[in-house]
Amino acid sequence: MAFAAFASTTAPTTDAPARRRSKVALLLLLPGILYLVLFFLAPLVSLILTSLQAPSEFGDIGMYSYAFRWENYAAVIEQYWPHILRSFGYALIATVLALAFSYPLAYFIGVTARRWPLLQSLMLVLVIAPFFISFLLRTLAWKQILSDESFLVTSLKAVSLLAPDAHLTGTAFSVIFGLTYNFIPFMTLPLYTTLERLDLRYLEAGNDLYASGFHTFRTVTLPLSMPGIVAGTLLTFIPAAGDYINASRDFLGGADTQMIGNVIEANFLVLLNYPAAAALSLILMTVILVIVGVYVKRAGTEELL
Amino acid sequence: MAPRPMPADPMIQQLIRQARQAQLGRRALLTGAGASAAALALAACSTGGAAQPTAAPDKSDSDKTLRWDNWALYIDVDDSGDYPTLDAFTEATGIKVAYTEAVDDNSTYYGKVKDQLALGKDIGADAVCLTDWMVGRLARIGYLQELDHSNIPNLGNLLPTLKDVDFDPGRALSVPWQGGLTGICWDKEQFPNGITSVAELWSNADLKGRVGVLSEMRDTMGLIMLDQGVDIAGDWGDDEFTVAIDELKKQVSDGQVRNIKGNSYKEDLVNGDTLAAIVWSGDIVQLNAENGDKWGFAVPEKGGTIWNDNFVVPIGSAHKANVEELINYYYDPAVAAEVAAYVNYITPVAGAKEAAMEIDPELAENPLIFPDDATLAKAKVFRTLSGAEEQTYGAQFQSILLGA
Repeated sequence: MAFAAFASTTAPTTDAPARRRSKVALLLLLPGILYLVLFFLAPLVSLILTSLQAPSEFGDIGMYSYAFRWENYAAVIEQYWPHILRSFGYALIATVLALAFSYPLAYFIGVTARRWPLLQSLMLVLVIAPFFISFLLRTLAWKQILSDESFLVTSLKAVSLLAPDAHLTGTAFSVIFGLTYNFIPFMTLPLYTTLERLDLRYLEAGNDLYASGFHTFRTVTLPLSMPGIVAGTLLTFIPAAGDYINASRDFLGGADTQMIGNVIEANFLVLLNYPAAAALSLILMTVILVIVGVYVKRAGTEELL
Repeated sequence: MAPRPMPADPMIQQLIRQARQAQLGRRALLTGAGASAAALALAACSTGGAAQPTAAPDKSDSDKTLRWDNWALYIDVDDSGDYPTLDAFTEATGIKVAYTEAVDDNSTYYGKVKDQLALGKDIGADAVCLTDWMVGRLARIGYLQELDHSNIPNLGNLLPTLKDVDFDPGRALSVPWQGGLTGICWDKEQFPNGITSVAELWSNADLKGRVGVLSEMRDTMGLIMLDQGVDIAGDWGDDEFTVAIDELKKQVSDGQVRNIKGNSYKEDLVNGDTLAAIVWSGDIVQLNAENGDKWGFAVPEKGGTIWNDNFVVPIGSAHKANVEELINYYYDPAVAAEVAAYVNYITPVAGAKEAAMEIDPELAENPLIFPDDATLAKAKVFRTLSGAEEQTYGAQFQSILLGA
């Protein structure tokens, strides 16, 4: 199983005898190192250099030259702090919602359905099935389902669950909905791989010791599924914070639901303000690194990384 | 051993010559690698202020090909996916045309090719059709080749109103391909009396949250400024722009305008999210054809905008004369009418209406494809902006799109 990697908290340790450093090992590492230098380190350096550029003196729109303009960072934070906050807020809500939906689902597939292997495989296929259709098409389909004249919205209005002049597309609701929907499989699969290995005898032991079902869940199941929760939340939160499709005005978002990805896109493609786009990308990257670092440390699952 | 004789095909000869020139000794290779690494480092540091690129030498005489980048659904296509007018052109002139629907947005296309343009390199296209304001930018920076009008005798058929434009006086660098009007459309079922002014878009309470405007700054801001009595083609500045941008900001924050969109506004009209909007004429012709004449379209009394997508030859192209021949061909009124019958936009070729009358009288009568003089009189061109204006106005407009 490809996803087993998420579940194994203790990697098998090989106690091979200490070898003297051979050039062969270095040679074998070379392709990997080259790859990282070419496709990670070089772009990162270029990104940092771009983020510090200043407009060329006699240049036209989109022309910048090399400088050390640290003000670029202050300027983008001042202008776009609501988008930065909004991105992490939306990502957090979507992650919590995805966890709330995925945990019971993963528990059912991984624990309850153990007796029926066929059902188990079938449900796993159903979780993965949406990936057979493009992410963009699925999001566009939701835009149609949530549109003003759709069956859903007209029925909600008919039963007064929605005000007559209210709408769903272009609101924070539809953006968070889209994020949650699109990232649920990334939450469900790692959860499933940990819950699938849950030793049911622990639960029996809890029962034997007169613990209530909830108590057993809280003190046994939940801690044992922690690696899955951490992996799932990371796989959801990180891409959700940088997502720009769901919040895009062409999909589910509106003018006041734009996230940091949309700001970067606009600065890069329309305004040709490359330093601002690069600075925002680096800020996004740094904030995610800090949040994830603190989270993983608090969750106590360093082995996972 | 005697060298093998060169093959007869001139293209293969050219390739062999290039390959020979490219052969390098080991030392040259190493110096080259060092130099290119240094150049790469420099290029990473600077994206502007380079020397003016110069036009590539023309190879049109020996190389009868050209590559044309254009927007989607912007030329006649038959059922088998061929382009009848292009095939006829190849038959008549022997010039093979590689036609690509490579442009889906002016800014994105510019972002893709600007680095090659700055170096004067080939961008992979010899003719590109871009909108007025983008042509203005390319002309300002010096990324275009001058067209030889003596190779384009049919240019005499260009509509007189389009002969002198402020971004390209005398049409030295660009020639219109197709154009369109920006006006207002409305859902005819919900609003049988029509919505025909920008002020009405803002004031009609039934339209709350159901108004759409375009993410193309010059069209949306142009219509708003015209509604406020500004002559957008004339002399205006920051003050007029600020008044208009404040109005748009107010309408967005009040929720009258729900969304600001590019091409995807069509989906919102079809699914009913948008009931009235600032739109492009050609799209409404197409949407009405697909959805049963559901929308009305009008250029507001106070004015709408008119724009053109123009042929330009990028600085690195080696097939300028071939492109001139292509432009000349499409300025034949009969050919222009054939294209107009398919693309639903406004042709810049005088006499095309008469030619269209012979193909399809109904088409020739359609005021959105062949607008009458009264409509054209209301249509204004957004004046060309300087580089600095483009930057500041663009940033102000984007900040509304981003809700900042």
